[in-house]
Amino acid sequence: MKHTTALATVASAKDRFARATEEPARAGSVVLRPPRVPHAAPVPPRGAAARLKRWFRLNKGTIRAILLGMLSIGLFIALWHVLTVNRMSVYVRFVNVPSPEQVLESAEQAFASGRFFDHIVISCRRILIGFSIATLVAVPLGLLMGRYKLLREVVFPVSEVMRPIPAIAWVPMAIMLWPTNEESIVFITFLGSFFPILINTLHGMSTVDEVLVRAARCLGAREAATFREVYFPAALPQIFTGLTVGMGVAWVSLIAAEMISGQFGIGYFTWESYSLVQYSDIALGMICIGVLGLASSFAIRAVGRIVTPWATRH
Amino acid sequence: MSASAKKGLIEVSDFCLSYETLDGAMSAVEDADLLVRPGEFVSIIGPSGCGKSTLLNAVAGFLKPTRGTVTVDGEAVKGPGADRGMVFQQYSLFPWKTVRENVEFGLKMRGVSADERKRSARTLLGLAGLSQFEDQYPDRLSGGMKQRVGIVRALATGPRVLLLDEPFGALDAQTRQIMQQILTNLWERLEISVLFVTHDIDEAIFLSDRIYVMTARPGSIKAEVTVPLPRPRDSTLQLSPEFLGLRAELGALIREESLKAMGGELNADALKGLAINLNGANLSDVI
Ligand SMILES: Nc1ncnc2c1ncn2[C@@H]1O[C@H](COP(=O)(O)OP(=O)(O)OP(=O)(O)O)[C@@H](O)[C@H]1O
Ligand SMILES: [Mg+2]
Repeated sequence: MKHTTALATVASAKDRFARATEEPARAGSVVLRPPRVPHAAPVPPRGAAARLKRWFRLNKGTIRAILLGMLSIGLFIALWHVLTVNRMSVYVRFVNVPSPEQVLESAEQAFASGRFFDHIVISCRRILIGFSIATLVAVPLGLLMGRYKLLREVVFPVSEVMRPIPAIAWVPMAIMLWPTNEESIVFITFLGSFFPILINTLHGMSTVDEVLVRAARCLGAREAATFREVYFPAALPQIFTGLTVGMGVAWVSLIAAEMISGQFGIGYFTWESYSLVQYSDIALGMICIGVLGLASSFAIRAVGRIVTPWATRH
Repeated sequence: MSASAKKGLIEVSDFCLSYETLDGAMSAVEDADLLVRPGEFVSIIGPSGCGKSTLLNAVAGFLKPTRGTVTVDGEAVKGPGADRGMVFQQYSLFPWKTVRENVEFGLKMRGVSADERKRSARTLLGLAGLSQFEDQYPDRLSGGMKQRVGIVRALATGPRVLLLDEPFGALDAQTRQIMQQILTNLWERLEISVLFVTHDIDEAIFLSDRIYVMTARPGSIKAEVTVPLPRPRDSTLQLSPEFLGLRAELGALIREESLKAMGGELNADALKGLAINLNGANLSDVI
């Protein structure tokens, strides 16, 4: 087959287009296009100002999210201010609700006294102990249950019956079970986080791709190594989902337990403030709980991202 | 055997394997015999569902034959092990390990020191043209690169035989050809036996010393074809008369079996509708 090609003589795209329309390609012929003349690479502007500009452009999404977040919290506080300062009462009564300014004032006093800080420390310690024990029990148990059917079949029915019982319903039983109040509160915190962690670990184990297990076996991995190198890392992202959910439930359970029994902790502080008619302390306690819960979930997510660097970010 | 000290002799004899199902035992492979000599490249082709994967998985040690024996270098296969490397049809890299860590996995299982592991992994990755990607996680790689890493990983432990189950099935035609070339190069350098499952006739001819053709299910060996083409082979070979002749011959064999495999679904009228040409043969002759 003979074909002629006009190479390198074409000066511009316009010219090329003109030729293409003049002589349409014959069926079966191969028409080579002249090599493309590359555009001059754009020289990026240098200097601090230009860098700053680029940084803003690249992080536009994050910056927007932060600004909007601050705006929405600001609006919330403003609304709160308007409702409380004017003592609005439209069926819902804001008459006794403290204003943001009052809460700020009592926060200054509370932190100055040190007692409030002790409440926070005690609550955090309970969370830390209860949640850590839950993690240390639920993760290995979930991994083993995922791997060994017999264990799963024995343990799963019990856990399914216990799971729907809210931790707060355990308070009377916990007080009976444990010698000290402190232990029963930690136990309730433990229970709250235990089930979300267990269920998520189990779910993570059920999603392990069988071909990866086979691949590991073919490369000489035995049972323990397969567990360590395949099942565990495969389930890890799902385990961290469980830990995040578990941490949230741990706080819910802790606060409930502290409100019902106990003499310390941020939940106790909040409830006591109500009995003592310290209305602005109620709001202070609530905000504190919110911030602590948020911070602990955030911390877990951060750890999760570090230990699962392969997982795509959401 | 030959005088060379090469290892990697695969012998499958009187092989039967049936799967337990609700309707009773379903025979997947019946009376299959095959042999891979040390250092030989052997392919298995056959229609879909004829039991190619079943046979390969039995050599890998994932399935036990219902009857018959599978031996590698005279030893009966008892379970999966690092002496038989395997490359799967699905991508099977560990997503939580980087490319290099994936390749190192087999050596790590064997207790090789981290330094030594790194060195051999790097050498092999270099041979497969993957040096730049050693610190990437697999989800950043293209399909062809993933399978290349899969092959390198299977080779890293220095297995006696390499088993591949349609490893290039998911790749486009061009990538496939390059992968075939890479596989050939690695095989020639490492002097190991290869048992390669495919349904692509061109691929089987291009790669193999010998080809087994399987019958429709229950699969057994229908034909054994020695490929007389000289090595080294390159892609121009695919236009040579020997290649084309072999291809036509194998094509006819497989076509017959594929029609048989679909026999339950097709009758003469259906074939007319589907414009399938029987080349003058009667449907009942073929099936
Ligand atoms: N676990 C199983 N249980 C029951 N039947 C099975 C099982 N695995 C495979 N089979 C059947 O055994 C037969 C052979 O399967 P196999 O996967 O070996 O075929 P194949 O030749 O590899 O097919 P393909 O080319 O489509 O991969 C098929 O008919 C399949 O339906
Ligand atoms: Mg298959």
